Amino acid sequence: MTALAAPRRRSFSFSTPIVYFVALVVVGLVLVPVVYIILGGFRTNSEITVDPAGFPVTWQIGNYLDVLASDVFWRQVANSAVSAIITTFFVVALGLMASFVLARYDFRGRGAMYALFTAGLMFPMTVAITPLYILIKNLGLTNSLAGVIIPQIAFALPVTIVILVPFLQAIPKELQEAAEIDGCSRIGFFWRMVVPLSKAAVVTVGILAFIASWNSYLLPLFILNNEDAYTLPLGVQAFASRYSVDTAKVLAFTSLSMIPALVFFSLFERRIVGGLTGAVKG
Amino acid sequence: MTSISDSPRIARAPHVDLEATGGDATATPPVRRRKPRGTSWRTRLEIAALAGPALIVFVTFVILPVALAAYYGFFSWAGYGPATDFVGLRNYVTILQDEAFIEALRHNVIIAVLSLVIQGPIAIGLALLLNRKMRGQSVIRVLIFVPYVISEVVVGLGWSLMLQSNGAANGFLEKLGLENLTQDWLSDPNLAIWSLLLIITWKYVGFAVILFLAGLQGIPDELSEAAAIDGASYWQVQRLVVLPLLGPTIKIWAFLSIIGSFQLFDLVYIIWGQYVSSTAGTSTMATYMVANGRNAGSYGYGNAVAVIMFLISLIIALLYQRFLLRRSTDGALTEKKTGKKS
Repeated sequence: MTALAAPRRRSFSFSTPIVYFVALVVVGLVLVPVVYIILGGFRTNSEITVDPAGFPVTWQIGNYLDVLASDVFWRQVANSAVSAIITTFFVVALGLMASFVLARYDFRGRGAMYALFTAGLMFPMTVAITPLYILIKNLGLTNSLAGVIIPQIAFALPVTIVILVPFLQAIPKELQEAAEIDGCSRIGFFWRMVVPLSKAAVVTVGILAFIASWNSYLLPLFILNNEDAYTLPLGVQAFASRYSVDTAKVLAFTSLSMIPALVFFSLFERRIVGGLTGAVKG
Repeated sequence: MTSISDSPRIARAPHVDLEATGGDATATPPVRRRKPRGTSWRTRLEIAALAGPALIVFVTFVILPVALAAYYGFFSWAGYGPATDFVGLRNYVTILQDEAFIEALRHNVIIAVLSLVIQGPIAIGLALLLNRKMRGQSVIRVLIFVPYVISEVVVGLGWSLMLQSNGAANGFLEKLGLENLTQDWLSDPNLAIWSLLLIITWKYVGFAVILFLAGLQGIPDELSEAAAIDGASYWQVQRLVVLPLLGPTIKIWAFLSIIGSFQLFDLVYIIWGQYVSSTAGTSTMATYMVANGRNAGSYGYGNAVAVIMFLISLIIALLYQRFLLRRSTDGALTEKKTGKKS
């Protein structure tokens, strides 16, 4: 690759400025709404009314400080964090265990089990939400985070398994045989070899599960009616409708609510592409 | 390594096998296999212990609700107590005769088609761009994925504030001296669905780019290099070598995109609410379901809408798999050389 990079680069050099220009434009378009939300939080309401597309004249940090000082915001952050972390943990744990069985065991019904999980890709939560709500209600889990977490785990499993199974299948059989010769059971092989080796794919499915949970809207909308149990998306919406006149504060609340997922994602972005490579490769 | 490429085709009778693997995994009768040792009770116990929890959670909270929806769809039911008022197919007849539903379905179709047409070329172009060695590449990759990471609520709120008639979009146009271009982006029925498509593109194109990038990474550099040595230009290489090899990934993305379009709920519900969406021409089957089901207290009716949505998705999925996806899922899900530790 490196040996051949030189002739290639020469033919590229003409278009390079165009490439950077296109990239800049795209990044700009992507960032405009985000920047609008963040900057809006630094403005006053009268500024926003008079000049909706302007920059802050005097930077008001009051909006942000108000939000950061409110119990409501932090309670919703805590609810979202608890729900996302527990969801992610169980999605990874259950998904890895089931994928290990699907990838490394040979038994009747394996194909059917795999088909069942992949069919789950076609059952988005939207279809199941009404009966799911009734099920959760009958279990007495409405207004509790458990009522959100458990269905989230279930709905995240298909993607997790579709990504993990090819990854686990790619672990060479020789490794397993060597482990067996050394007296390692298959469960031991799972703990000592599979778990450490599949870290890249696990990080990918973990991030996807975390982000999906952090942003989840429809399920909490149905399950959580009590404001104390609200997660951030519901909280942002409730805040926006309650303080609809106070646009600046709404924008401050909104921008603070997106920080955790953004930080989490940018820390692991590289891993996402790496982990997906196995799953989408044709 | 054993291949499970046949698995998608065994989908015919999942329920039968489900009992065998889920509730009863330990009783699976011994079958012919390479390692007879593997049939021991210990292995069966391992399978049950490892796959059991995932199966139980999945069946209880994904499969069962879908089955329940099919059941409740035949009742007129307010959501509490046992459903006793059996109405047969009346819910379905009402839904299919309701112009509001047909309208919503039409919007879903428009969104599904235009999402493919708009996002596909943009995402492929960006993925090819970002697959090249360039400075700042990793930063750009992160930034392009940012909208996907932001929750629908934040996206909906931000965009609706920007696009409302006295919002930033019109304010910006006025600053440029283009007052006559200012519009009611969200409430004009001729424009609203385009605004929605703009927001959808903004939000989800990053996901397509990441998928395509992952697909591109799986294409060996040697192929493009060989073509380049044979005198192919950059565009010829992309068009004749890279794009065909990216085909399977594109098909998977298109599948996910179509299914997602038919289930679209969050953005519409957040931006337009349950009532405005129908007058603005952006209602979807899912917003129709929530507005006429849960919010109206008619849970039986809502379930019937869910069943119709599910059937539409299922038919699309089966057709897609039958005609387009089979070869590529076989490739994608069973590819031998995948998952190198990178």
